[in-house]
Amino acid sequence: MAMLQFHKKLERNITLLAVATLITVAIGGIVEIAPLFYIDQTIERVQGVRPLTPLEQAGRDVYVREGCYTCHSQMIRPFRDEVERYGHYSLAAESMYDHPFQWGSERTGPDLARVGGRYSDEWHAQHLTDPRSVVPESIMPKYGFLADRDLDSAGYGANLAALSDVGVPYSKEDIAKADSDIQVQARADSDAADLERRYPDAKARDYDGNPNRVTEMDALVAYLQQLGTHVDFRKVQPQEEDQR
Amino acid sequence: MEAIFVRSLAWVALAAIALLMAAGAHDGAFAVHMTIFAIAGLIAAFAGAQGIAILRPTARDLAGRYDDQVVRWGVIATVFWGMVGFLVGLVIATQLAFPLLNFEPYLNFGRLRPLHTSAVIFAFGGNALLATSFYVVQRTGRVRLAFPSLARFVFWGYQLFIILAATGYVLGVTEAREYAEPEWYVDLWLTVVWVAYAAVFIATVVRRREPHIYVANWFYLAFIITIAVLHIVNNLAVPVSFLGSKSYSAFAGVQDALTQWWYGHNAVGFFLTAGFLAMMYYFVPKQAERPVYSYRLSIVHFWSLIFLYIWAGPHHLHYTALPDWAQTLGMVFSVMLWMPSWGGMINGLMTLNGAWDKIRTDPIIRMMVAALAFYGMSTFEGPMMSVKTVNSLSHYTNWTIGHVHSGALGWNGMITFAAIYYLVPRLWHRERLYSLRFVNWHFWLAVVGIALYASSMWVAGITQGLMWREYGADGYLVYSFADVVKAMHPYYVMRIGGGLLYFVGAILMVWNVWATILGKQRREAPLHQAAYDAAADRPLPAKVEG
Repeated sequence: MAMLQFHKKLERNITLLAVATLITVAIGGIVEIAPLFYIDQTIERVQGVRPLTPLEQAGRDVYVREGCYTCHSQMIRPFRDEVERYGHYSLAAESMYDHPFQWGSERTGPDLARVGGRYSDEWHAQHLTDPRSVVPESIMPKYGFLADRDLDSAGYGANLAALSDVGVPYSKEDIAKADSDIQVQARADSDAADLERRYPDAKARDYDGNPNRVTEMDALVAYLQQLGTHVDFRKVQPQEEDQR
Repeated sequence: MEAIFVRSLAWVALAAIALLMAAGAHDGAFAVHMTIFAIAGLIAAFAGAQGIAILRPTARDLAGRYDDQVVRWGVIATVFWGMVGFLVGLVIATQLAFPLLNFEPYLNFGRLRPLHTSAVIFAFGGNALLATSFYVVQRTGRVRLAFPSLARFVFWGYQLFIILAATGYVLGVTEAREYAEPEWYVDLWLTVVWVAYAAVFIATVVRRREPHIYVANWFYLAFIITIAVLHIVNNLAVPVSFLGSKSYSAFAGVQDALTQWWYGHNAVGFFLTAGFLAMMYYFVPKQAERPVYSYRLSIVHFWSLIFLYIWAGPHHLHYTALPDWAQTLGMVFSVMLWMPSWGGMINGLMTLNGAWDKIRTDPIIRMMVAALAFYGMSTFEGPMMSVKTVNSLSHYTNWTIGHVHSGALGWNGMITFAAIYYLVPRLWHRERLYSLRFVNWHFWLAVVGIALYASSMWVAGITQGLMWREYGADGYLVYSFADVVKAMHPYYVMRIGGGLLYFVGAILMVWNVWATILGKQRREAPLHQAAYDAAADRPLPAKVEG
């Protein structure tokens, strides 16, 4: 057998074996992953998607740190039951600024892709502090400590700068004003006109029910409250109807 | 002497740099980690100067044919980290049944879950692979380990990686991408260790005194090379500051998702499959005292396995925003993957040809056969779950959890236990294990534990999937999400029982391994002593020709 004769060469030479292995394992990854960076249809542009404000991004950092992705997905599949339970199925564009993605793999808890605006701020703060006080069946851990921790906002511009290095379109102004943007968005009484100009539909208010401090709870609730709210699906027509 | 002095001085200098970085750290976790680096550097300086007796090679190591000191440490580390991983698994399983057992912030489920997965995959599995690869590559090449100091660096450097990753999770240092959670500086450290590992392994193969490279080493080589590629590409990230722990992934959204599951699925494919098949290809024939069943099958299934596995990642992203063509490719290749996977199982099982009675008489062989059987089961279940219609039900449910545990506990756990039982008496030069009856008990506790675990999670997962999609006659969804959470409770409790049995079995292993190392032998009746039956002892009746 010619194949076996050829293989005799491979299995006597570690360099050949290593190179052949490397080539064999490289093919699949190159064919599947590389095109995603070049094919335009991979992410179809949608009106309304914007980078997170510094406060929301800081909330996302908390979400990442606490490992929320181990129980919650952020990816609604196009099935009748999921769309009715959670809302419109998720679009690729909606996570185009997510470094890292947080689509998740388990639903020990419900999907959060469109949790924004479904509950009040008070509900979220209460639920995070003591989940079973609002959902008796819940098995979620308590996150009350977030309300006691001041958000470390000093120098948060460095985080936005790192995000802009990997492709999130933050302007120089956004990066320079990151600290003050956080303070503005987490307080009810602030003048948010400048923030809203740079981040359309950003909401400035006191998220955690404690107007005296800007806490990690403010940030996390601000992040949760914007999830899935940026695209206005009433304006989006299915493609078939468009063409008519 | 001079060289040793210079090397120790270098370690002290590195420790001093780490201390400076700790002093200037932007966050507490980074300061803790740099301090750990500094302590490790100082220990390395002492060890390098022969100042730590326990790390010095023994006279027997220096005189023997093979360099087994690292392998002995590796076996101890495997057992130790295995216990840590199983225990944390038991804790988080209990938290899901009884949420009061979450202690915020450090011991909440979200921080402990990566600790569990990393401890069993990378600490338990990783040490098993390090130890066995260093053992196997020496025997199959009839040569001592190349670069002995570098091999020791690989082992201890890997332990440092584990400690940094584990403490990081509890402190909230994570990239939040499954099985790739460690932050950028821990990733860099692992890259250094891994390159050293590849150097030791490949150089030992190069120096071999056998013309052929044994099949186990093909698998170890594919594992080492592919994990290096996956690790480097998937962890590309930009740190916020070189003095802080936080970084952001280089990729976003769809691209990040596919890169991550290309990595995640092949952590399964190359860490937990190719590497453990390498163990199988050495220890099963040795323990059964039979040659590998088919040389040709091993060639065909090796190349097809490593080629096909890489494509299967997208089956973790069915019906998501990933483009359809990628999902379909992932599904098709996952189904094809069934064949080479079973090729490995068949080659292992058929190696017992002519020695099948050993399943009855040798509990170590029985563990190996059970491992291969679980490997076969989960590599059938995997392709089935990657079919899109099945996946629409199984995805996001506990079925996935059941699937990975039948693979991890059944295949990876059992083949590792068997390898440990094979290795310990040989590495410590003992006549036999402390107790074979303990091995038998371990086997049954583990099998019953896995059965309980997997079946409860299968039922839980399918229940969960069906409840989520159930519509009433009125056209509305029947169950709220909270109803489904409540329905999971009994299965979560059952799972604790399964995990507990598996854990108790592992405690018996610790006892057995420890007593064997101490040189004890348990006085026990042999496992099989069928009473003599004169009536049965006669030649088989000859066939009557009609």
